[in-house]
Amino acid sequence: MIETTHTTRHVLIALLSVVCFSSCGGGIQNAINPAGPQADNLSRLWWLMFIVCSVVFVIVMIALLLALRNRTQEAPSALQPMLQLPQQQERRRRNVVLSALSVTVIILFVFLIASFSAGRSMTAELAHKNGLAIEVTGHQWWWEIRYDDVDASNIFTTANEIHIPVGVPVTFTLRGADVIHSFWVPNLAGKKDLIPGKVNTIWFQADKPGVYRGQCAEYCGLQHAQMALWVVAEPQEQFNAWRQNQTQTSTPPASDSQKRGQQVFLSSTCVMCHAINGTPAGSNIGPNLTHIASRNTIAAATMANTRDHLAQWIKDSQTVKPGNKMPQNNLSEADLNSLVDYLQSLK
Amino acid sequence: MSHKEAQKAQKAQKRTVSEEELVAVMEREREELEQTWARPTGLRGWFTDTDHKAIALRYIKTAFVFFILGGIEAALMRIQLARPNNHFLSPDQYNQIFTVHGTTMMFLFAVPIMTAMGIYLVPLMVGARDVAFPRLNLFGYFIYLIGGIFLYTGFVLNTGPDAGWFAYVPLSGPAFSPGKRVDIWAQMITFTEISALVGAIVVIGTAFKMRAPGLSINRWSLFVWAQVVTSFMIIFAMPAVMLASGFLASDRLIDTHFFNPAEGGDAILYQHLFWFFGHPEVYIIFIPALGFISPIIITFARRKIFGYTALVLSLISTGFIGFGLWVHHMFATPIPQMGESFFTAASMMIAIPSGVQIFCWIATLWGSKLNIKTPLLFVLGFFAIFILGGLTGVMLASVPLDLQIHDTFFVVAHLHYVLIGGSVFPLFGAFYYWFPKWTGRMLSESAGRWNFWLMFIGFNLVFFPMHKLGLNGMPRRVYTYLPETGWGTLNLIASMGAFILAIGVLVFVINVVWARRAGVVAGDNPWAADTLEWTTTSPPPNYNFHNVPVVQGRYPIWQATADAPVVRGLSTTKRETLVSSVMDAQPELKFEIPGPSIWPVLVAVAAAVALIPGIFTPWAFLVGAILTGTVLTCWFFGDPNYKNKTARETGERSEPVPAARELQPKEI
Repeated sequence: MIETTHTTRHVLIALLSVVCFSSCGGGIQNAINPAGPQADNLSRLWWLMFIVCSVVFVIVMIALLLALRNRTQEAPSALQPMLQLPQQQERRRRNVVLSALSVTVIILFVFLIASFSAGRSMTAELAHKNGLAIEVTGHQWWWEIRYDDVDASNIFTTANEIHIPVGVPVTFTLRGADVIHSFWVPNLAGKKDLIPGKVNTIWFQADKPGVYRGQCAEYCGLQHAQMALWVVAEPQEQFNAWRQNQTQTSTPPASDSQKRGQQVFLSSTCVMCHAINGTPAGSNIGPNLTHIASRNTIAAATMANTRDHLAQWIKDSQTVKPGNKMPQNNLSEADLNSLVDYLQSLK
Repeated sequence: MSHKEAQKAQKAQKRTVSEEELVAVMEREREELEQTWARPTGLRGWFTDTDHKAIALRYIKTAFVFFILGGIEAALMRIQLARPNNHFLSPDQYNQIFTVHGTTMMFLFAVPIMTAMGIYLVPLMVGARDVAFPRLNLFGYFIYLIGGIFLYTGFVLNTGPDAGWFAYVPLSGPAFSPGKRVDIWAQMITFTEISALVGAIVVIGTAFKMRAPGLSINRWSLFVWAQVVTSFMIIFAMPAVMLASGFLASDRLIDTHFFNPAEGGDAILYQHLFWFFGHPEVYIIFIPALGFISPIIITFARRKIFGYTALVLSLISTGFIGFGLWVHHMFATPIPQMGESFFTAASMMIAIPSGVQIFCWIATLWGSKLNIKTPLLFVLGFFAIFILGGLTGVMLASVPLDLQIHDTFFVVAHLHYVLIGGSVFPLFGAFYYWFPKWTGRMLSESAGRWNFWLMFIGFNLVFFPMHKLGLNGMPRRVYTYLPETGWGTLNLIASMGAFILAIGVLVFVINVVWARRAGVVAGDNPWAADTLEWTTTSPPPNYNFHNVPVVQGRYPIWQATADAPVVRGLSTTKRETLVSSVMDAQPELKFEIPGPSIWPVLVAVAAAVALIPGIFTPWAFLVGAILTGTVLTCWFFGDPNYKNKTARETGERSEPVPAARELQPKEI
């Protein structure tokens, strides 16, 4: 089981890099590479507008160039200004301008209708969607993810990584904990703001399994640039397994090193902000670490979740992500090693 | 020369006086005018000179310095973003730089320089000897200058604002932006607000009440129309941002909770207030530029503009609709769908007046024999860039599509296409076009071509790839990005383009420095243009016109007959100008306008005493208010007639114009 998640992670990371490097049109954070009905609607609307606008642009530019074809090198003062133009010429010009204007108005109406219908298809069914409900809360600078359920024992909290089953609509309730953030996974849907004191909603659905990257889209302070998240869309069974695991409390430490690591965790500043369910650590200022080892990335999708990165992050997160709210920790080499051992055991 | 003498001179003229006699009278008058309108020089002149041309040029130079500073900031950002995981700037530096860049370009460059163009040219275009409120005008400049220096002092001291140029709460609130950074931003807004309002009042007063006889409202140059529409927009838009920045300042300074959700405040309220100003702001920057384009096109096409009425109505309707689409900046907030749809429709509607203008201009150019000089070249660049920006604007108006591209580099591309394409290119065209009027010398034509092509190519290299970056998911205002995102190549192209653009601007600066010394002497009307400013010398005398012309048509110079009448009877020994009726420009009064004064700068300093220490303690407002009140009292009781005390003593500050009917021109 441990082995498979490892492989999956490596495969996913490899996939991520390959897809991103390989093409402009592809990409796991790309608005015109839709992976769900929402983004698909939007991308179709985009292509409609793009094509129509391109044609308009080309036509106007051609008209402009034709208007410039009559050149002279004479000084302006040598040319007599024309204040009376032939009636017929004026009338012809007026007709052309009026027709161009009518075409403009018609195009705008087409856009308006296309836009309304795309908008309707995106929000109209929101109330009827009977899928998964997830609450996302934006913090400076990470995402708190809470899976809601009618059965309270199935509710759990994680961070920076959302798993969703393929083909199932997911409704997101969006809140802001401190400042305004914006939740945006371009391959799946448009963005919505997370505003303190307000509740916003959005839904999307992934039709293809894969990893989609999202990023905060509303400037939220120092580390706005490094506030990303992953959406992992997987087949239902895989999702169920993941979910089953997430609802459990943390794995108790097995080895000596892990035990020592837990002690380090509980006796140092970590415990002031982080929670690990099943231990006395229960603060929710920082991300919940109950299943930290099951996540692909750390620090809001800033780094891959590897041993080295974890150690580096714990020791000196300020170099990696200057200004983030995690303090520096002057742990001894041995303590750090044990702590990382322990965290890596939290599958 | 008294009024009676003037009448006598007029009669003398009618009696067909000899050529020598006439020359002698004119020469004497000119000497008297020079004396009456003499400008204080040196340091005193810098603080007291109320000449609208001097103030406008100072505005333009100051704003251009801010443009260069903003450009340097942009270049720094482009260096930082040139490759992924770059460490050229720290996140804190980057955030300050992008905030100060946006703030500078919007508040310290674009709005002031557009107002300045109006302050210089509107009086000349309507045939006035100065603006309506010359001292207020001087005050407006100083308050702007102090605001700009204040922002940059903070920036240099590492206290530059870092919450973005629209400083959304709660990020900009007391809890998340401690320190004085955002306070400096909010207070700088207050300074520029005052300055913009003052500029607007000056332009409106001048355009409506100080016109030459015959210049009825339907003969206004489209430049004047654009300035008037903009000025009204400023008057209606500024109060909203005044509320926004005022509430923000009081939240920060005296613990009010307007925007604090925890205490029942509302973070979205700020966005509404800000964008109710912020969107019209875009048009406040853009509409004056439309006013540069029409005169340039008329001049180079050598024919009357096609669809004058349609163009005027387009300007006015843009002004109105501009206030009805602020919510398209807020589609990602929880707004009811019905409301959003309304704003989608309104945002798309603004494409109609823009379309009308583009079509009318092309129709004017169509079939004309064109000698394409640099001003026209920049206008043609405007067409290419602005139309593209306008089309992406239509895309952004659509709520669902906006949700994808909002707050990404797509928007960064869009806003630079409309603002640089829509405003900066016409502005450079206007510089090339009116520079001879300002200095008496022409800018180099070949350098102008280099300038244009470098800017045009550089601009497109910087901003065109950003559309794609936005679609590829790159959010705006990020100081770095991961290599895996694949945004590196396009960012590198954009960064290289930035340097070509910068070289283009540098060519302009060199061209100006060179032309000031060695440019071809321009003469009064080098472009053989049609508007009134070209009837006077280059640069114009302090009193603008020796004999204020009587306007005979919409294209005053082109339509002037050989025996065109001029206004006689304006005093040459007093700073007298004509006050005319609003619609038909019938002369109503001769009005003596005030001259140089030290009070405006003192009021500006007193206001600064209220506002700058005001970010530390509210008591500063009390002290500053008393101080400002005192100085204003002195201003009002001080002698309005700097040179000419007799006018005040005899109470003849104004007198009705006799026989106004005679001056009414015949319709042409």
